Amino acid sequence: MTTRATSIGWGVTGVLAVVVAWELYKYLGPAEGVTVGDTGDAGSGQIILPRTHDRAMPHVWSMIVRLFEPTSGGDSPALIVSVAAAAAVTLGIAVVGWLIGVLVGFGLSLVMQRWRLLEWGLLPWIVVSQTVPLIALAPVINAIGNQIDRSGTPWPQWLSVAVIASYLAFFPVAVGALRGLQSPDRIHLDLMRTYGSGYWPTLVRLRLPAAVPHLLPALRLAAANAVLGVVVAEVSIGMRGGLGRMLIQLAGQGSSDPAAPWGPIFGAVVLGLIAAGSVALIGVGLKDYRRGEATS
Amino acid sequence: MTSALPAAVKATGVDKVFTGSRGEVTALAGVDLEVAAGEFVSLIGPSGCGKSTLLRLIADLETSTGGTLEIFGKSASQARQDQDYGIAFQQAGLLPWRTVRDNIGLPLQLHGQDKRTRAARVDELTALVGLDEFVDHHPDQLSGGMQQRVAIARALASQPRLLLMDEPFGALDEMTREYLQSELTRIAAETQAAVVFVTHSIPEAVFLSDRVVVMSPRPGRITDIIDVSLAGERDEALRESPAYFERVTAVREALHGTHVDRPNER
Ligand SMILES: Nc1ncnc2c1ncn2[C@@H]1O[C@H](COP(=O)(O)OP(=O)(O)O)[C@@H](O)[C@H]1O
Ligand SMILES: [Mg+2]
Repeated sequence: MTTRATSIGWGVTGVLAVVVAWELYKYLGPAEGVTVGDTGDAGSGQIILPRTHDRAMPHVWSMIVRLFEPTSGGDSPALIVSVAAAAAVTLGIAVVGWLIGVLVGFGLSLVMQRWRLLEWGLLPWIVVSQTVPLIALAPVINAIGNQIDRSGTPWPQWLSVAVIASYLAFFPVAVGALRGLQSPDRIHLDLMRTYGSGYWPTLVRLRLPAAVPHLLPALRLAAANAVLGVVVAEVSIGMRGGLGRMLIQLAGQGSSDPAAPWGPIFGAVVLGLIAAGSVALIGVGLKDYRRGEATS
Repeated sequence: MTSALPAAVKATGVDKVFTGSRGEVTALAGVDLEVAAGEFVSLIGPSGCGKSTLLRLIADLETSTGGTLEIFGKSASQARQDQDYGIAFQQAGLLPWRTVRDNIGLPLQLHGQDKRTRAARVDELTALVGLDEFVDHHPDQLSGGMQQRVAIARALASQPRLLLMDEPFGALDEMTREYLQSELTRIAAETQAAVVFVTHSIPEAVFLSDRVVVMSPRPGRITDIIDVSLAGERDEALRESPAYFERVTAVREALHGTHVDRPNER
């Protein structure tokens, strides 16, 4: 109880610290920032300290007030309502992307654990896969999706977004689950052998339970990655309805309405927390399998 | 002894050579050993003399590179599949996410026994090792000695006729150790299982065993087998009896004999 209170306390302190730092720099920093090597031509020189005027750095309270003002003037709904609707779309796709990523990552970890040769063959490619920038990959996947759609099998655009998100989500699962499946000690493997236990019973009774402490952080990371992946994919293939597209749209009007883009940014942060928090709930149900964490 | 029964362990000229990246290591050379059903035999010797290797060969966790090895008249692999032996190591090796009950029941569960049969057997075993009150505890809630008792109960779960133990009390304090030694002699007598017990403690070997097998390293081989044959019950009084000290001295001399020999070899 007290430990939970303490951790909430630290969480609140962390957020407040960011707010204070933002406002302090805004107050102390030069309005036009600091630029070196300015030749007088517009846009020349290198900015080394960011500008602090209200168009570049709106006050934290203006960001919050802006949340409750109409999204695009007139009698359009409050920004926070639009953000919530867009966040729901993004979250739905992220869940699908997360599930695909978890299935693929876990499947890969299983075959890599089972066959050493596959580990040597696959693991380098899995690592390399994450160095391919998502914005390069997104149009390719989108094009393939469109082709499938045109050839008769329905393939909605959001499915392409989910697949792109799963590309980020599968990685921590593949690596973490492999670690976990390989984590049982020699003595436990020897014992299973003396019980005449084959591959499947050993997997179910020993390797999977032993993998849980490695798997939970991997699933949490995958959840955060899936949200990030969906936002980036929405932007790069131009899918409407989600947070990513909304962010780009509002940022485009940034100079006249600087506080508005912060709405979807807050939305994305909250989504990441929801995603990671939901996975933490899975961990509560698997408490017994995490007993090893304390001792070893 | 009942000579009709096949020996629990019968090793004839057993060799074990490990081939690693840094060449070959001869862990065992020409080991002859017979352990009768129900007999308690200890393996003693300096570290690296192949005690664990011999035990792992019997358990079919390694395969010999020469000689023949029979467990109850079968191959080691067949004996393993038939669950003819139970095994315990220096570390208890309990699964941290399972309760005492589920740890002891693990071998039975893997052999497809239903929950009720399992529960009955686990109750017997926890009574045997004196852990009735702790069946629902997890390993991290138990002392080292209690964990080792759980490991012994688990080794006995399938009612094996042979118990293999590799320094099972090696990591425990002296008090717990002596207590568990007495317990083990009682359990061995009750279950009538043969025991092959690896140790590097001379008093432990003498206290527990019918015979003590003395081994020497490079290459690992048997140099002496000492009959302990202490009559009567193994209780605390035994530890102070002259006959006991006599056997301890005999084993020590057999062990040191191999040590004294070495400078002469060079
Ligand atoms: N898996 C292995 N690979 C290579 N050498 C081994 C292996 N296991 C044991 N050995 C070697 O075999 C010898 C006997 O080891 P071991 O049976 O563990 O001795 P003990 O249990 O008597 O201390 C040692 O020299 C050890 O280094
Ligand atoms: Mg050893």
